[in-house]
This record gives sequence, C-alpha cells and structure tokens, in this order.
Amino acid sequence: MVMYWVALLAISILIYLLLDGFDLGVGMLFGVAGGEAQRDAMLSTVAPVWDGNETWLIVTGVIMWGSFPVVYAMVMSAFYIPVLVMLLGLILRGVAFEFRGKALRSRWVWDVSFVAGSFAASFMQGAMVGALVEGLQFSNGDYTGGTLGWLTAFSALCGIGLCFGYSLLGACWLVRKCEGPVRDSARRQIPPLAIGVLVFLVFVFAYALVEHLPILQRWTDRPYLFVFPVIGAGAAAVLAKSMLRHDDYWPFNMVALIFVAAFATLALSFWPYMIPFVVTIDDAAAPHASLAFMFWGAGLFMFPLMLLYVAVGYRVFRGKTAPAADHY
Amino acid sequence: MDPTALLLSRLQFAFTISFHIIFPAFTIGLAAWLTVLEAMHQYSGKPVYRTLFAFWLKIFGVAFGMGVVSGVVMAFQFGTNWSVLSKMSGPIQGPLLSYETFTAFMLEAGFFGILIFGRPRVPPWFYLFSTAMVALGTTLSAFWIMVNNSWMQVPTGYVLQNDQFVPDDWPQIIFNRVVWVRFPHMLLASYLTGAFCVAATGAWYLLRRTYRAEAHVMLRMGLALAAVLLPVQFFIGHLVGDYVHDYQPAKFAAIEARWHDEQPASEVLIAIPDSTTESNRYAISIPVLGSIIGSMSLTSKEVGLTSFAPQDRPPVLIPFFAFRIMVGCGFVMLGLAWLGTWLGLKHRLDRNRLLLWGIFLSFPLPWVAILTGWYTAEVGRQPWTVYGVLRTADAVTPFLTASAAMTSLILFVAVYAFIFSFGTYYIYRLLRAGPAGLGGKPLHVPVPNRPMSLADQLPATRGYLEAGE
Repeated sequence: MVMYWVALLAISILIYLLLDGFDLGVGMLFGVAGGEAQRDAMLSTVAPVWDGNETWLIVTGVIMWGSFPVVYAMVMSAFYIPVLVMLLGLILRGVAFEFRGKALRSRWVWDVSFVAGSFAASFMQGAMVGALVEGLQFSNGDYTGGTLGWLTAFSALCGIGLCFGYSLLGACWLVRKCEGPVRDSARRQIPPLAIGVLVFLVFVFAYALVEHLPILQRWTDRPYLFVFPVIGAGAAAVLAKSMLRHDDYWPFNMVALIFVAAFATLALSFWPYMIPFVVTIDDAAAPHASLAFMFWGAGLFMFPLMLLYVAVGYRVFRGKTAPAADHY
Repeated sequence: MDPTALLLSRLQFAFTISFHIIFPAFTIGLAAWLTVLEAMHQYSGKPVYRTLFAFWLKIFGVAFGMGVVSGVVMAFQFGTNWSVLSKMSGPIQGPLLSYETFTAFMLEAGFFGILIFGRPRVPPWFYLFSTAMVALGTTLSAFWIMVNNSWMQVPTGYVLQNDQFVPDDWPQIIFNRVVWVRFPHMLLASYLTGAFCVAATGAWYLLRRTYRAEAHVMLRMGLALAAVLLPVQFFIGHLVGDYVHDYQPAKFAAIEARWHDEQPASEVLIAIPDSTTESNRYAISIPVLGSIIGSMSLTSKEVGLTSFAPQDRPPVLIPFFAFRIMVGCGFVMLGLAWLGTWLGLKHRLDRNRLLLWGIFLSFPLPWVAILTGWYTAEVGRQPWTVYGVLRTADAVTPFLTASAAMTSLILFVAVYAFIFSFGTYYIYRLLRAGPAGLGGKPLHVPVPNRPMSLADQLPATRGYLEAGE
C-alpha cells in the first residue's frame, strides 16, 4: 500500500513536470516572441490544457498530504517563501489566460504577468529541488534553517537550470503544435536552450564533486543509476538528429525522455528517503487506514480515470493549432 | 509559537479563503445553469438559449479562472502556515482532499478546456456531456470540502495515536448527519448565487431596455429557481442550527448572545453583546422563543456562554452579527424572489421599475450571506481548529516568524486586490455589453486548432457562434 502511493506520487510529479513544464516553458518563451500574432499563436497551444496541467500540482500536494503527512508538513513549512512565490507566480500567469483576451488597453499587463509568473514559478520549483538535494536543516521534525535557509548558490543554480529545462520543453511543444514563424523561431531556440541545460547538468555534477554532496556516495554505491544518464544522452542524440531532419514531432518526446531520466536519477538516488537523509518513506507514511481508504477509490479507480480525462483533452486538441488568431 | 505569526496566519487564511469562496459559490451555480441552457437548446432548438449560453460561458470562464488560481493556494496553505494541523490531521484531511482532487478538480479541468474551446471539435452530445461534467465536478468539489470542514467542526470516526488523528470509521466521517445538512446548505447557497446574478442581469437589461428576450428568460428562470429554493434553504439552515446546538453549544450560545443559562430561554433579536460585562446592551428579545428555536420546546434549558471556561469561549460579536446579516439577506432575497415571480406570472414585472431596481441591486446579497454564514461557522468554532481537540494556537507552524507571515499576507492582499479589480471589471464589462458582445471588437473569436473560415462563412450569426471568449 505504501509502495503504491509512492509510485503514484512519483508518477504525478513526473506528469506535472512534463505537462506544466511545457506550459510554463511556453510562458517564459512568450517574453521573447516576435509580435502579437506569434504571442497569440503560442498562447492558443496551451490555453485549452493549462488548467489540467496545473491540477497535477494539486494532485501531487494532496497525495503527499494524505499518504505522507509528515513530509507534506515539513517540506511546505520549510519552503514558506518559495512556495509563496511559486503560488503567486501561478496565480498571475493563470489569470492571464482569461484576462488577456478580455483586456483592451491593459493587455500588456497580462503579457508581463504571464511571463513573470511563469519565471517565478519555474525558478522556485527548481530552487526547492536544489535545496532538498543539498540538504535542509531539521531537528525533531521541525525546520530550523531559517526563513531564507533554502536559498543558496546551488539552489539558485537549480532554479535557473529548471527555467532552461522548462523553456526547452516549451520550445519543443511549440515546434510540435505550430507552423510558420512561431515554429521556426522555437526551432532556433532549441539548440541554445539544450546547450544551457547540458551546461547546467555538468555544472551540478561538478558542484556535487567539489562540495562532496551526500548524493555522490549514492552514485558510487549504486552504479546502476548510471543507466539513466545514458538514456538521457541517447535521447539528446536523437533530439539533435531530429533537429537536423527538421522533424516537428520527435523533439518534444526526446526532451520529455531527458526529464524522465533526470527525475529517475534523482528519485532513485535518494531512495528510500523522501526528504533526503532526514525522513524515509516508512517514517512518513500515513496510517494504513488512510492509505487503504485512498487506495480503494481514488488510487485504484479515480487515478486511471484522471489519466483518461487528460487523454481525452489532448486528443480533442491534437494536431497543429491553427495560426492567425487575433486574440484567443 | 509566535503570537503575531499566529494572528497573521489566521488573517491570511481568512482572507485567502474568503476571496476563494466568492468564485466557486458563483461557478457551482453557473455551471449547472449552463448545463440546463445547453440541454434546453439542444432539446428545443431555440436560439435564445444558445445566445445565453455563449454569453454566460464568457463570464463563467473569468470566474472559473480566478477560482482555480485562488484554490491552488488553499492546497498548500495548510502545510505552510498550519504544519502541526497538517501533520496531525493529514491522515484524515489528506485523503478527503485527495478525493476532492481526484474526483472533482481533474474532471473540471479536463472538460473546462472542451467547454471553452471545443465546441467545433466535438459532437453536440459530447459538448453537453462536457458541460455536465464541469457542473458535476464543481458540485463534487463542494461535497468533499464540506466533508472536510464538517470533520473539523465535529470530529468523528478517529482515534488519537502518536499525535495523529488516525481514521477508524470512514463511513462515519463521510456519511454523518452534520455533512448531510451542511453540504446541501452550501450547494443551495451556490445555486441561489447563480440564480440571483442571472436574475439581476435580466433586471438590469430591462431597466436599460435592451436584450428584452434574453432578459425575460434570465429573470423568469433566476427568480423562479430562487423562489423555490429559498424556503428549502431556510429549512436546511434550521437543521444546520440544530447540529450547532447539539455539537457546538458554545458556538450556539455566541450566535444567540446568550451569556447565562436560561430556562425557558429568550431569543435575542438584536443587541450589542459586551464581553467585558458578559451581558447585552440595547437588547430586544422575545421570551421563550429561544427554547423553541433551540430545542423545539417551551420549557427547555438553554446553555449560556458563562457555562464555559473563558479560554474555551468563541468571540461573540462576529458570530452574533454575521449570523443576523446572513438571515437578513435570506429574508430580503425571499421577498424579492416571491414578489418578482408573482408579478412575472401576471406579466406586470416589466412595468414595476422599483422592483426591477431591487432585483438588480440584490446581486451581492447571496455572497454576503455566504461569507457571513462562513464567518459564523468558522469564528464560532474558535478557539479550536479541530473542535474540542486541537486549539488554533497549537495548530500553527511553530517556527513561523512574524516577518515571514507578514510578507506573505501583504503579498496575497496585493496580488488578490490586483486580480480581483481587473477580474470584476472584465466581468462587469461583459455583462454591460450583453449577449451581443463588446462593440467595436470582432465578435467571433478564433478557437485553437480551428480554421477561421467557419465564422467567416456565417457573418449573419456572428457573435452567437463562438464557443469561448
């Protein structure tokens, strides 16, 4: 039962990373789009699905609260400021979808809030992951690192890295969903973004080596973990090849695969810890009565149904989005 | 625990949840109304229903968006500000909120995209189905939230182990009597919000002498629904009062401003309760009525606040006045709905501009009633977070600093004020422009993945075609 909910939590986080990842990425690239027509076309590729994408963040949050209440309480309270900024970012970018089309003179306000909100949310998500990897200070289950204890050079670097990662995913999404100038400029953005992600990964690895982060020992203890970087490298190679062939469809899948590989590396490095080297899965698990209640309804039946809703949504809006939108 | 951080966290929770409830209260009713409109259009083929659907869908979109983004905050705020509560009650509240997310949020989110953008891409029956699914999602969400809050009001079906509330009787948690009066109370309140907004818009158009056909449908449907639902709402509200009387006697005494035990008890209609002297000033009360309302008896003894230790008493002023404002709003709405429906049946409503003004100006009443009702419930629950078991002061994140809490409160207030003023302005502008859309702007709006040719081929029906904004 505990393992089932660990698996569902991992799957939900991964789905969130991939779906809201491209969605936030499009939001960040929105800032450098050339002209109103292109911005409209970009927005219309995510407008029908953004709400569902963001719902996976709530799915992640409530699974964590219901199945691992200790972790939920510790992580959320430790990340008071980053969670706050992430939420405000998501609010500002979320309302932009509805408000932008209604605004006449004030449209630029929602363009700015869409871009800034996307950046803020992405950066904070990356920084929180970075802070967890680096290690947070807890004593007796209470966070003792101070209000800004999560903010270090490393966590800031991870924040920037995730902005690059999401933007790359967003650019690949635009290549897949658009035609004409939007696709062409997104295609031009992919190589620098991909190089940015690569540089970031090398840097993180070097930093871990220099600073002797505890994660390193995990990698030497568990050599099988290197399978995932190899998969990631393979995906990067296919990505490069598909770029050369001017393929619209495969780049997104390959970047998604790189995300999966990176996520699996991290998650398995910390196994069986949920908060690295502080709280294990078993320490954090909710009582059996809670897990079983969730399993027999939400877990077994509703979760597949949620995947079905997502599939229906993406199927209805499949294929290239028509350009030529004066506003959505 | 820092007392300032506690106070700021309480203010922040009160502020963010008050802001949030404004939108679901509206969209739950509106989603049901959209489903009815779409069904009536598909059944009768009358264009007026389609026009109204397209019009209200735009307003629904804006309100729904604000509800979604302000709702995400709620899922995380328990953990950031109330870490002790989330650790202790996670085994019960976590699964309940999981059910809400799994059954309701994903349903809403999945079909909302189709509702706004998908009309040209799916068959009509599937479009109606999508509308109904969004409505079902909003209703299920209200259900799980009421289960959750009811458990905090009347905790049941649990044992306390290792500082955690461990569930041992889920059916008791979900199917207890408290849930099944409070959920209908909230659901009806949402339907009444939708009904009054629709009716008020109709009255506004009649006063401005525009959109007569649409205005009549809106007035008729909105007022008739309200006229039927309001008496039911009063009855269910009475049942809600019964649970408070039985399970939360201190809250009940605060609502009644009853300081001392009385037998038989009088009912204070209006007064200024004074907690320093533990008495009421300028009280107008009716003898014996308090016993009748509390226990349906002429002789029962009703408990007063001084029977509880001072540290276990809720504040009196807010529950006392909030409750009376809620009930007052209910009576005004009842009068408007009955009078309006009666005159409407006699075809005299159009000429009665005074009543039309009254209906038009009544649109904030359901919101005022909902907010004051929640203030009664939540402030009356104090000093407890989980009634009788966990004090609010013990539930807050113990290491939260006042400066962090102050930062978040200021930022929430600033950002919410910003989006609220724009959001209500956009909704106002849509309502003022009416079903034909905003003048001077192209009425058809391209839908993602859809060529624009469809709208261009049918210029005569422009403005009635678009699925979204």
